[in-house]
Amino acid sequence: MKRRNFLRSSVGAGLAAGAFMSFGRYEKALAGKPLPAGANYDLVAVMGGEPAAMFDMGIQALGGMGTFVGKGQKVLVKPNIGWDVVPEKGGNTNPALIRRIIEHCFRAGAKEVYVFDNTCDNWIKCYKNSGIEQAVKDAGAKIVPGNSESYYQEVTIPNGKKLTKTKVHELVLSSDVFINVPVLKHHSSAMMTGALKNMMGVVWDRAYWHRNNLNQCIADYALYTKKPSLNVMDAYNVMMRNGPRGVSKEDLSNMKSLMISTDWVAIDAAGAKMMGKEPSSIEHIALAAGMGIGKMDLASMNIHRMKM
Amino acid sequence: MKSSALKHIRTVFSALVLLLFAFLFIDFRGILGENTFGPILYLQFVPSLLKFIIAGVATATGFMVVIALTLLTGRTYCSFLCPLGILQDGISRAGGLVKRRFRRYGYKKPYTILRYFILVLTAGILLLGGVYVLTILDPYSTFGRFMTYFGKPVVLVINNLLAALLGKFDIYALYRVDIKPFELAAYIIPVAFLFLIGFLAFRYGRLYCNTVCPVGTFLGLLSKLSLFRVRFEEDKCTRCGRCAMACKSSCIDFLNKHVDVSRCVNCFNCIDSCKENGMSYGLVRLKHKEKVESPADASRRSFITGSLVLLAGGTQLVRAQNTNVPIPTKDSTVKEDRLYPVSPPGSIGLASYTSRCTACALCVTACPTSVIQPSVNEFGFAGIMQPRMDFHKGFCNYDCNRCTDVCPTGAIMPLMMEAKQLTQLGKAVFIKDNCIVSTEKTACGACSEHCPTKACHMVTFEGNLLIPEVKDDICIGCGACEYACPTKPYKAIFVDGNPIHEAALKPETKKLETVPGDFPF
Repeated sequence: MKRRNFLRSSVGAGLAAGAFMSFGRYEKALAGKPLPAGANYDLVAVMGGEPAAMFDMGIQALGGMGTFVGKGQKVLVKPNIGWDVVPEKGGNTNPALIRRIIEHCFRAGAKEVYVFDNTCDNWIKCYKNSGIEQAVKDAGAKIVPGNSESYYQEVTIPNGKKLTKTKVHELVLSSDVFINVPVLKHHSSAMMTGALKNMMGVVWDRAYWHRNNLNQCIADYALYTKKPSLNVMDAYNVMMRNGPRGVSKEDLSNMKSLMISTDWVAIDAAGAKMMGKEPSSIEHIALAAGMGIGKMDLASMNIHRMKM
Repeated sequence: MKSSALKHIRTVFSALVLLLFAFLFIDFRGILGENTFGPILYLQFVPSLLKFIIAGVATATGFMVVIALTLLTGRTYCSFLCPLGILQDGISRAGGLVKRRFRRYGYKKPYTILRYFILVLTAGILLLGGVYVLTILDPYSTFGRFMTYFGKPVVLVINNLLAALLGKFDIYALYRVDIKPFELAAYIIPVAFLFLIGFLAFRYGRLYCNTVCPVGTFLGLLSKLSLFRVRFEEDKCTRCGRCAMACKSSCIDFLNKHVDVSRCVNCFNCIDSCKENGMSYGLVRLKHKEKVESPADASRRSFITGSLVLLAGGTQLVRAQNTNVPIPTKDSTVKEDRLYPVSPPGSIGLASYTSRCTACALCVTACPTSVIQPSVNEFGFAGIMQPRMDFHKGFCNYDCNRCTDVCPTGAIMPLMMEAKQLTQLGKAVFIKDNCIVSTEKTACGACSEHCPTKACHMVTFEGNLLIPEVKDDICIGCGACEYACPTKPYKAIFVDGNPIHEAALKPETKKLETVPGDFPF
């Protein structure tokens, strides 16, 4: 083990232990299990609990939030709040999960945590009815509008094939840490929506992507320099069809799962598998893997699987 | 009552009414709840009249209250309840400040022929089924357009500046709202009336109300029978003329100690202006009655003849409107071959909608997605400004029925959420030759993505590509597909309106098979 890695994991473990102790409620759930020493996983997958509890467990395995968020930092948490639907319909990221992630950020010393999405339905209704606005406020973070073009600034995508320029929300530029929190769903355009696809909510002009080879644009955006430090995929209630908006609750499969990874191609590959699809069959995942953005070969990964 | 308290009560009351109505139309954050619109708008004369008579809503009795109020007290409505009247008071007050030393109202003769001609024209055409004269002249609707077309953008500019400023301090309590103008032609009438009413009010007080406004003229007729009036206290009046100079309606002939009650709007400025308590408001004194009427038989006759002639002409106009509804709009687009415009949910159908709507624009401003836009000629020329669903500007939010809560005329009837979600405004039509999937051979599906019922769903095309297909029977015509479609200038999917709204079927749902309890990786 390189000295650097050793230091990083020790510090991580230390921070994690601290965070762990402060979550009194979950002490029992984890009692007796050893703290992860290596925390060098490509992917952490948790199954069988409530979203917040699964996150507690999962982030622990990666060394705690302190591994990703430093003291005094500005954190952007980007859920999927695309639709004016209630949490039970699975169209948006679970609000309880968002709340818990924010709480972890603050415990890790974050100065400020921001949340926004450029929604598909009317943004005020989405923020409200998704339960995310309330969850964010309850956790003491700031929910920020993304409804006006004036919030977005043009950036260039280095080496983008189809997407070379796009306007991104100012918070993506001004935050120190970026945490991507997609919800896993079927998607009528991109076949599946996960971590990579969730970035369509940080840009202003999505129609451009649709006009110019959607899947290539999704992969291209992942080349942009400001990447998520962490991806958390909500697979609690997974919309298996009629996505991304969903028609009824019967479209959902109650998988009670959660994945965490620093590699957004890997987490999307795992998501595809959860939905019963081969990662290579999802074009934007295959494109992103081919461009070296991340790994999609789950068999070669160091995956930490946990059940609650 | 002689006290000048009357004037002050009127000033405060009407200022509050003006603020309330301005807020009604400018409320871009949707603060007002769904049940607040009915009570606020209940007493607006024209909306209530239309809702009662044309839409047949038995509870829309506000206009009867106004008639009773007028028979009892005179044109109290015009000073206390009419937002356009109160707005004009504000403008004429500003005019008075600018030209303080020169501007005096003074007594002027009424434009009798003109005002009754306009009243008969409006009423006659309305009786024949045409609402368009009322659309242009209804004071409430005119005020609504002023606020929606001009007032709201000004407020939004201020809001956006404040929001940007607060944003610098990391405060997001205010948010920026992009200001999207309507189609240019929709501004013609509001701009013309802004200048007309602005100028008349600035220079001549309530001249518009006493000459053009059909509601003012109608209530003026009624107030000739009113029990309570502004009147001279003959023994105290010194004929100094202050009252006449203070009268915004120019209706006080102080030399003859006579108030033209048909033009008096009960602002009570005259009472306040009189140092000798020579003016008061109270029960009518019968001896004045003789003086009040100054018949001019010749002009009356010519007025009646003229009105009849116009009514005949009006019939033709009405016919023109009826046959023109709905109007196909083939000429301007090549590929979006829209046969019928789309009217808002709750409007039942194009014919009933266009015969009830006075284009006050309340639904336009209340719609959270801006899909409701003033039309230009989609409903025919006579339907200008009547709102339509413009799916290039927005789409109808599945879980929203706000427009059906706000409409005061019954053009858009209340619709419960579940009924709204099964009301088919039109049907989506797919144009394969415009579609990205077909032309570029790349994935898209933005239409299907946005579809709340999955009437627009994806089917196999070439290779792995999927292409949209529409199931008519579960399509509700919300326009989400059309709005989301990224092709330019013509969309690859658009909603063709139903001339009469239909009932959509509920999307079928099936249970999913249960999931495995382990990770598939």
